[in-house]
Amino acid sequence: MNYINKCGNLLIDNLDLKNPEHKETRRGFGDALVELGKSNPNVVVLGGDVSGSVRTDLFRDAFPDRFFSVGISEQDMMGTAAGLALAGKIPIASTYGEFATGRPFDQIRQSIAYSQMNVKICASHCGFTVGPDGATHQSLEDVGIMRILPHMNVVTPVDYNQTYKAVTECVKSEHPFYIRFYRDNSPNYTNPDAPFEFGKADTLYEGTDCTIIASGLMVWESMLALELLAEEKISCRLINMHTIKPIDRNAIVQAAKDTDCIVTCEDHQKIGGLGGAVAEVLAQEYPAPVEFIGASDTFGESGKAVELYEKYGLSFRHIAEAVKRAVKRKK
Amino acid sequence: MFPNLKNPVFTDIDDLSEMARQLRRDIINELLISKSGHSGGPLGLADLFSVLYFNKLNILPQDPYNPERDFVFLSIGHVAPIWYAALARRGYFPIDELKTLRKINGRLQGHPAPLKTHGLPGVEIASGALGQGLSIAVGTALGLKLDKKSNHVFCICGDGELNEGQIWEAAMTAHHHKTDNLTVIVDRNHCQIDNRTENVMMLEPLVEKWKAFGFELFEIDGHNLKEIMDTIDAAKKVKGKPSCIMLYTKMGQGVSFMQDNYKWHGVPPNDEQGKIALSELLPTKFGDFVDYYKK
Repeated sequence: MNYINKCGNLLIDNLDLKNPEHKETRRGFGDALVELGKSNPNVVVLGGDVSGSVRTDLFRDAFPDRFFSVGISEQDMMGTAAGLALAGKIPIASTYGEFATGRPFDQIRQSIAYSQMNVKICASHCGFTVGPDGATHQSLEDVGIMRILPHMNVVTPVDYNQTYKAVTECVKSEHPFYIRFYRDNSPNYTNPDAPFEFGKADTLYEGTDCTIIASGLMVWESMLALELLAEEKISCRLINMHTIKPIDRNAIVQAAKDTDCIVTCEDHQKIGGLGGAVAEVLAQEYPAPVEFIGASDTFGESGKAVELYEKYGLSFRHIAEAVKRAVKRKK
Repeated sequence: MFPNLKNPVFTDIDDLSEMARQLRRDIINELLISKSGHSGGPLGLADLFSVLYFNKLNILPQDPYNPERDFVFLSIGHVAPIWYAALARRGYFPIDELKTLRKINGRLQGHPAPLKTHGLPGVEIASGALGQGLSIAVGTALGLKLDKKSNHVFCICGDGELNEGQIWEAAMTAHHHKTDNLTVIVDRNHCQIDNRTENVMMLEPLVEKWKAFGFELFEIDGHNLKEIMDTIDAAKKVKGKPSCIMLYTKMGQGVSFMQDNYKWHGVPPNDEQGKIALSELLPTKFGDFVDYYKK
């Protein structure tokens, strides 16, 4: 029997799990912006002094008239973006995850979410993987605080290719979006030609014993966990829940019905993020055992990303252990 | 073919003055019915709103979101009763709707609600949490400039609101991008909810602050209609930098017992106080939208 069963064409052909191509998700954002700049004259970008870091410098250099520097003032950036939307523009506001959500929460709440402004907040440097910068810069709450806002869409693409697609697609909608990505190089493994639809989860692997529902970089970590679990004859479904809001309720409920237990994995607090969102759906529609991988109500610290994943329980080994716990809890 | 948005309703100062008094009567009546809301700020701004909506703004109430319109952002959302009165009197929505201020299922929310959720014509975006309006105004001004359009953007801020740091972030952005299609109007009434402004947080030297932030400054009597009209014209002519009108007003202007008294920031008159207020604000040729005391 095969314990690892790839589904459809969602991953690139001949994927080498041991030695994948690496690319920055933030570069996927930056490259998508440049293409959008060419195809849509209404796309404008706001820079909060970190344009080289979040790769809006690519757009800035290509379309200087449509790039607005607002300095290190994230609250002002969100308001300015809302004002640009009122003037018919499609503003992309980008900075680091913590400063794109925590600092300007009230501005996003009133001027973007409540007012339903066509603003796309694109946050780089999210999660534990900014490692050495330490807890102040490790955005572990951003998905939660964006998810609780009515009208806000929350998307967490997994790699360069999917970040490119998410950014390209989001400007076709008139609704506010929060798109979360990362600083570091990470495996680039999703098929650039596969369809991408907000709110429709990607089932990457089919399995029978448990379902892993993961977001962002943790999808790759989960793929590594599948290998470990196969050695122990455990077969898992793996879902890339790239859209946290609106969440794919059907995919979650079907997974609970088919495999009777769930593990959620995110580079974020367990509280309020993907894990919370999945648990909310299951509690209402099909209660099943859930194990959570993520930050356990704690801030991070300085260290290498791989060290932090190990210390805070986010590595593929932790995921495999969580799956075994979940399987044991099945009735 | 193209509708004319430069269409002043009144050019005569006496008419604008009478409209300002009617707007004050409307505010009192709105608050008497709602029994909740802010009295002082709205009364102090009635002269400005009369000039803006009945003389100076390029607007088309029957087509409130005409792309050529001037934009008005009310950063101090709590003075909504004066905005609603002016919008209704100008024909944006039925005057009778002023009876629904702060009532459930209504469009006249306590603080202005977004067009997409509540659909009140004339409102561009939600406001209420202080300090946010100027950033939005700057963003719109930038978008209009990018399209080489001639619409003007007005942002009405309170003086107490200037405690918010975001205002000064936005002021820097306005200066940096030379948004000369933007005019900030500061309602300098020296009052905020807790006390006189200078007792809560020292704002002075306020004019120098705005100048230092790169704005062309105008200081005027906020109850002198001619001065307001002339200054709006002058502000729109400023080139290469944003403008700021320091509008010296009295909180509660027109009602003796409210005037210049910060305690009237956030409360409505009771029935007895309302009666006195309306007796001081003589009836006008425009007529009230309600006879509150006719039981």
